[in-house]
Amino acid sequence: MSDAYSRPVPGHVPVLRLGDVLLVTLQGDLHDSTAQQLQQDLAETISRTGVRGVLIDISGVEIVDSFLGRVLAEIAAQAKLLAARTVVAGMRPAVAITLAELGLTLPGLSTALSTEAGMELLTQQTPAYRPGGPRQESP
Amino acid sequence: MHTAAGVEACLPIRSDMDLVWVRQHVRQAAAQLGFGLVDQTKLVTAASELARNTLVHGGGGQMEATHLSSGGAQGLRLAFTDEGPGIADLDQALSDGYTSGDGLGMGLSGARRLVHDFEIDSTPGDGTTVRVTCWAARPPRPREEA
Repeated sequence: MSDAYSRPVPGHVPVLRLGDVLLVTLQGDLHDSTAQQLQQDLAETISRTGVRGVLIDISGVEIVDSFLGRVLAEIAAQAKLLAARTVVAGMRPAVAITLAELGLTLPGLSTALSTEAGMELLTQQTPAYRPGGPRQESP
Repeated sequence: MHTAAGVEACLPIRSDMDLVWVRQHVRQAAAQLGFGLVDQTKLVTAASELARNTLVHGGGGQMEATHLSSGGAQGLRLAFTDEGPGIADLDQALSDGYTSGDGLGMGLSGARRLVHDFEIDSTPGDGTTVRVTCWAARPPRPREEA
């Protein structure tokens, strides 16, 4: 079964633009350097294009450790500073269980169960939902 | 019948490329020993945290994977060894939120929660070894002692 090893390829993760949203699909096992490169690429692309949302599909990601978790949280934080919202979509159940047990609940990260649901969240006209925390409701 | 082939290995940890190999090996070995998907994910995540510690804090080292068998239960033991500066205060290093670098401080304490058995040996100036063990189903009952 040793030929089942899929060769990890370092490099760029493509960032696609769909209207007002940048779509990123993470797949397989990411190198640390690839994740960091993506973080940089996204900041530059948001700033250049002025998109309002970033959608990161992680349904093809088998594990999220504290390094990748931190990169995702930082992507969301930097996007927010650049006036864009970030949604992480499609986390596998085993990954969610592991992250919770690891103690990494990433409270600043918005999530959706699927890319479609994430896109819906990002393209709503009035953002009813704020990633920065609960909205102050007047009594 | 489970065999050690494809499970036992000694892998170098010298670059972030090696972290990818470590994760792939652990996933494959755990799958071969009959670990369920959630247990595989937990063990691979723990291995990733520990291998990164070996690389970042230990200056590189190795991981040795060993197949364990006890009363029909299949286990996997992973030993991460480096010859780095060692850890002066183990209790502090194992506490949640403690970070010596730029991580979230969940590496050691988090990895410990993801496995059935966790041992750490560290001598300042001499290096660190972390051994973790996971069993495919439930851990076998401890030996009865008088």
